[in-house]
Amino acid sequence: MKALILVGGFGTRLRPLTLSVPKPLVDFANKPMILHQIEALVKAGVTDIVLAVNYKPEVMVAVLQKYEEMFGITITFSVEEEPLGTAGPLALARSVLGKDDSPFFVLNADVTCEYPFETMRDFHIAHGGEGTILATKVEEPSKYGVIVMRPGSTEIDRFVEKPIEYVGNRINAGIYIFSPSILDRIELRPTSIEKEIFPQMAADAQLHTFDLEGFWMDVGQPKDFLTGTCLYLSSLAKRSPELLAPASEDFVYGGNVLIHPSAKIGKGCKIGPNVTVGPNAIIGNGVCLQRCVLMEGTHVKDFAWVKNSIVGWHSSVGRWSRLDGVTVLGDDVHIADEVYVNGASVLPHKSISSNVCEPGIVM
Amino acid sequence: MNKAVILVGGPSRATRFRPLSMHLPQPLFPVGGQPIIWHQIKALSAVKDLREIILIGFFEDFIFQPFLSKCQDEFPSVTFKYLREYSQLGTAGGFFHFRDQILRGSPKNIFMLYTDICCSFPLNELLAQHERHGRLGTIMVTKVDRASAHLYGCVVVDHETKLAEHYVEKPETYVSDMASTGVFVFDQEIFHFMARVMEKRASEFEHERVQESAYGRYDDGDDSQNINRLRLEQDVLRAMAADKKLSAFLCTGFWRQIKSAASAVPANALYLQQAHESSDIILAESSNEGAEIKGAVYIHPSAQVHPTAHIGPNVSIHARVVIGPGVRINDSIILDNVHIKDNAVVLHAIVGWDCRIGKWGRVEGSKVTKANDIDEVTQSGVKLNSICILGEDVHVKDEVFIRNSIVLPHKELAGNKHNEVIM
Repeated sequence: MKALILVGGFGTRLRPLTLSVPKPLVDFANKPMILHQIEALVKAGVTDIVLAVNYKPEVMVAVLQKYEEMFGITITFSVEEEPLGTAGPLALARSVLGKDDSPFFVLNADVTCEYPFETMRDFHIAHGGEGTILATKVEEPSKYGVIVMRPGSTEIDRFVEKPIEYVGNRINAGIYIFSPSILDRIELRPTSIEKEIFPQMAADAQLHTFDLEGFWMDVGQPKDFLTGTCLYLSSLAKRSPELLAPASEDFVYGGNVLIHPSAKIGKGCKIGPNVTVGPNAIIGNGVCLQRCVLMEGTHVKDFAWVKNSIVGWHSSVGRWSRLDGVTVLGDDVHIADEVYVNGASVLPHKSISSNVCEPGIVM
Repeated sequence: MNKAVILVGGPSRATRFRPLSMHLPQPLFPVGGQPIIWHQIKALSAVKDLREIILIGFFEDFIFQPFLSKCQDEFPSVTFKYLREYSQLGTAGGFFHFRDQILRGSPKNIFMLYTDICCSFPLNELLAQHERHGRLGTIMVTKVDRASAHLYGCVVVDHETKLAEHYVEKPETYVSDMASTGVFVFDQEIFHFMARVMEKRASEFEHERVQESAYGRYDDGDDSQNINRLRLEQDVLRAMAADKKLSAFLCTGFWRQIKSAASAVPANALYLQQAHESSDIILAESSNEGAEIKGAVYIHPSAQVHPTAHIGPNVSIHARVVIGPGVRINDSIILDNVHIKDNAVVLHAIVGWDCRIGKWGRVEGSKVTKANDIDEVTQSGVKLNSICILGEDVHVKDEVFIRNSIVLPHKELAGNKHNEVIM
C-alpha cells in the first residue's frame, strides 16, 4: 500500500520551533511528528510513502533516509514548484499512488490522533466506493465544514461549510483513503480537495465517512500543540501506561508524564499532569512542571516553575523563573534566574534577563 | 544642652501608608530591621549634649509607650517623652504649643525632624555648621533631580555663606534643586521668632487668605482656617529666609521620603546598606550550615531560614518568620510570623504580618529606581509598576502569582493577580 503525507511549506504557524527544525521533525511526545504517522502507516501495511513538500531541507532528507532503512520502505519527496493546494499533490505523485490498484492513504502532516489506518482500510475495501474520509466529532461544528450523510448510511450526501443551523457534528479530520481511480478526477493544477473534488465524489455516491474513535487535534500552532500533547498523553495512559512515568515516582503529580530515560530529575520536584521531558534534559531540584513540553537537551534549573509552555531544544530556564501563558522558547534560548515570562514567543539563540509580562514576540 | 523634637503625625496622616498603617502607626513600621523612627532616635542619641527627645503627634498616648521604654533602655543618656496634640495646629503648631516643655532646662539648640524620611542623618555635621554660622536656624537640604524638584520644598542656597536666600514649598516651576529634607536645627530663640510670626499673621490673616486664594495655593484644610495654625514651611521658613535668618546645610549622604508604603522597600535597602558598610546593627551572613546570603540582609534571631534558601540583597526578615527550602527573597521586607513555603519567590515586596505563601508561590513587584517614581503608583485607577504589598494575614495559595498588586488584610488568594488593588 501507499500513502501521501501533505507536509506543505515552512510551518510558519509553529514558529519559533520551525525556525530551527522542519515541521515534520518537531518532536511531539519525544518523537518527530512524522515518525508517529510513518509507524502507524507501516503497521497498516504501507510500503511506499510520498511526502508532498514545498521545500526539501537537507536535514529532512537525511532523517527520512534513516526511516526508509529502519522500516524497509520507500520514501520519496514530491516537491511542488508552486503551491498545489490539497488535491494537486495527488496528481503530482500519480506515478507512485497510481502504480497499482491498491488504495492509498492521504494525511495532513499536522493532525494527531490514534491513527486507525487498519480499520479504515478494511472499511474502505468493504464499501467499495472511491474514497473514505475520517471524521471526528466536535463540540462546536459551526466553526468547521460539517459532513452530512445520507440517512442510515455512511455515504456522504453533502458538506456544509460553517453551518449556522445544526446539521451534525462530524467534521473532516484531514485523513483519507482513496482508490487510485480518484486520480482521474484531479488535474495537475492548484486544487482544493475539500471544495472541488469531494462534492463531485459525493454527488457520484463514491464517498463514505468513517468515525474516528478517541482524540483528534491539528497541532499546527503552539497552543494546539500543547493541547494535542495532553490528549496524546491521556490516550497513552490508557493504551500503553508502561511508557509513562509511574505514579509511584515521588515527583509525578496527576499522571500523564512522559520522561525520556536519559533525562535527569532533581529532588523535590512536582511534575505533571501533562508533561513531556525530552532526551538529555536536566531538571534541577524543587522544579514544578505542568502542561508543558521540554525538548531535547533542555535545562530547567532549581526551583523554576513552568506551565503552558514549550521549551525548545537546548534552551534553559533559570532558577526561580516562571514561564506561563503559552510561552514558546525556540532553540538555544536562555532565561535568566528569577525572570517571569508570560506568553512570549522567543526566537532562537536569545537570552532573556528581565521580565516579559505581556504576550508577544521576542526577536 | 541640646534637645530634639520628632513630628510623628497621626493616624489620619498616614493613609498613603495603607495597607500597612492599618496595623501599626507608620513611625513604628520597620525598615532596615528597626522602626522608621528608631533610626532617627539612634542618630540623635549620637549628637553631643543631646539630653531629651520629644515626640509630638496625634496618636493616643499609649501607642508609643512600649517603644519609648525600650528606647530608654537602649539609649540611657537621653530621656524620652511623647506629647499629644489635640487640635490640628499646622506642622509647627504643636512645636510652638509645647514650647514651655521644650524650653525646660534651657536647651541651646533644638533639632526638629519629620518622621516620614530615611536619611544618613549627619546631625553632628549639621550642628557644627549651624553653630559656626550662628543664624537662627539651619535647614538640611539635599540635591534632587531638576525634573522632580517641584515635589519638594525648595531652598535657594548661597554656597559660600550657606545662607538660605529663599524658601518655596512645592513650586510649580523650577526654583532650585536643593530640597528640604525635613531635618532642621533651631536656636532656642526660634520661639520668639514664631511668636512674632503669629502676631503678624493675626493682623494679616484676612489679607493673606485672599492673596493665597488668588494664587490658587489656598489650602482649604482645617488648620489653615484656624488663626492659631502655624505651618513650618509657608509661615516660618519662608519668613526666616526672607529675614536672612536661615542657613542651609547640604546632606551628602542618602535621603528619601517614606510616604507611601511602597517607599519602605527602598528605605529598607538604604538602611541595610548603611548597616552593612558600618556593621552598625548585626546583619546575617552566609555560613556553612545557613542559607546563602547575598549583600545586606537582616534576619531576626527568632526567624528560621532553611539552608537551601537564597536571601538578599536588601532583605529584612522579622521575628518568628519561617522560610522553607529553595525559597528566594530579594529586595523585600518580611514582617513578623510570615511563613514562606518551599521554592516560593518574593521580589521587591512587603509581606505583612502572619502572611502565608504557598509552595512555588510568587510575590513580585517592580523595582523602585527613582526617588519620586513611587508617588505615581496609580494611573486612572490602574496600578502601575510598583512594589507588591501583602497586608496582614494574607494567604497566597500554592503556585499562585501576585504581581505589582496591593492586597488588603485577611485575604485568601487562590488565583493569579496582576496590577490590582485587592480589597
